[in-house]
Amino acid sequence: MAFEVPNMLFALPEMLMLALCCMVLLVVAFTGNRQINLVHALSQLSLLLTFLTVFWMMGEGGLTFSETYIKDPLSDVLKLAICLVNMLVLSYSYSYLQARKLLQGEFYVLALFATLGMLVMVSAHHFLTLYLGLELMSLCLYAMVAMQRDSFAATEAGMKYFILGALASGMLLYGMSIIYGVTGELGIQAIAAAIANEELNQTVLSLGIVFLVIGLGFKFGAVPFHMWLPDVYQGAPTAITLFVASAPKIAAFAMLIRILTEGMGDMLGVWRDMLIMLAILSIMLGNILAIAQTNLKRMLAYSTISHVGFLLLGVLAGSQNGYAAALFYTLVYALMTLGGFGMILLLSREGFEAEEIEDFKGLGQRHPWHALMMLLLMFSMAGIPPLAGFYAKLAVIKSVVDVNLLAIAIVAVVMSVIGAYYYLRVVKVMFFDTASERPQIAATTSMQYLLSGNVLAVLLLGLFPGGLFALCARIFS
Amino acid sequence: MIALSDFLIVAAILFSLSVAGIFLNRKNIIILLMCIELMLLAVNLNFIAFSYFAGDAAGQVFVFFILTVAAAEAAIGLAILVVLFRNLSTINVDALNRLKG
Repeated sequence: MAFEVPNMLFALPEMLMLALCCMVLLVVAFTGNRQINLVHALSQLSLLLTFLTVFWMMGEGGLTFSETYIKDPLSDVLKLAICLVNMLVLSYSYSYLQARKLLQGEFYVLALFATLGMLVMVSAHHFLTLYLGLELMSLCLYAMVAMQRDSFAATEAGMKYFILGALASGMLLYGMSIIYGVTGELGIQAIAAAIANEELNQTVLSLGIVFLVIGLGFKFGAVPFHMWLPDVYQGAPTAITLFVASAPKIAAFAMLIRILTEGMGDMLGVWRDMLIMLAILSIMLGNILAIAQTNLKRMLAYSTISHVGFLLLGVLAGSQNGYAAALFYTLVYALMTLGGFGMILLLSREGFEAEEIEDFKGLGQRHPWHALMMLLLMFSMAGIPPLAGFYAKLAVIKSVVDVNLLAIAIVAVVMSVIGAYYYLRVVKVMFFDTASERPQIAATTSMQYLLSGNVLAVLLLGLFPGGLFALCARIFS
Repeated sequence: MIALSDFLIVAAILFSLSVAGIFLNRKNIIILLMCIELMLLAVNLNFIAFSYFAGDAAGQVFVFFILTVAAAEAAIGLAILVVLFRNLSTINVDALNRLKG
């Protein structure tokens, strides 16, 4: 067998990221936490350089490394989004972590390695690379959640996340092993070809898909595999919650698309029913349980579960429009989550976590501008026009209606009306309740500007969704 | 001659045992970690059996990677366990009850 030199250029962003991760690791190892500002700047620079590399390499693409790795428009766009989101996460986290003595080199090293894992996941086109990317990301996230070592809640959340995350990986692997047994292949493309061309045992293939969907459901936090999600979001320090909640969902979306639509596209009939169950249960339970929460982080966790349900709606439509809508939803979701947890970070200060809904009392009188930002975010999450969240929901529901799954669309619409209640409650607390105290905002000015920019981006995407939407549609056409 | 199905049945039994262990065990977090290892080993057995009977080495290569990742995973799991034990002074699964709702 002739040895073929793979096209390394397709993996240039990952190689660069790896080199930069190692550099940051060395700087941390030699300077300890004395030069933390340098480490912060270097981490941001790493993400920025990777972003620019991905941007510069956009266009040409294809499979490489013996068909284990792919560079296509989907991977390019998701990588850009991941780098951008993580840059914002690092900026938002700075003062929060500093006030809690968590601003350590470990945070940056783990965050960068997790980013590397996400990049690999997005580009993986083989079960092995998918698994390795997923584990690189997950292992870093487990450690990050438990990073606040003296906190009961954070360590408990870390343990729960670890156990259920490992269980999910096990399920996913078991599914992969069954698919491997049936098709004799591990590459996504080869599996798709085998399913299309060979007479395979459909029962066993379906069994494999069941395990894959369970694993994916766990990673996304879709009901009934959601039990880790509220605990992790509430227990972890808010800055870490922000990290766990935003970019990994983008990477998980890539994994979902690669496995289910690119690999098992011909088995749509089998996995669609499973995704319908997951989506409907997620939307219902997420929205209903969120009503009962008094902790804002936990409420946003349940709202995440319902967002995951909506995202799955787009995928289960099984059409180009559906995938494009799901991609749009994922990107908008990441932006809204950044804003939502960013607001909690903004109002937190030393010795005070602004994580209860009560803590937002009277924000409208104290800090009208920030209250307006939070209002826009809540409206966007609830799906009120003209914000980005509305178009995202509209697009996925439209794609479901297009494939004649009318009942599901109706459930989704009704549940999102119910969901509006708890988002509006936050708005009511902000504007119609009076504050008991008037604390100053401790966050840095640059973070306040970034957060405002982030929320205005949600507004702008809502007013002019055409550009991003056309981009998403082009990726899947 | 041991057939492919025999391997698969053993692997399926191991896998079910590990999943049952994770959900039924209420006493000891270390047992949870053991269950996770067992689950990965069941998957490995599956991969090796399929790979051997199909005459394709890719599955066996996959197993090496799973073993490596499992080692890293165990390291992280035990590290989190140590931190948790310092806070709680117990490794009882039922003690993980601060976060709920």
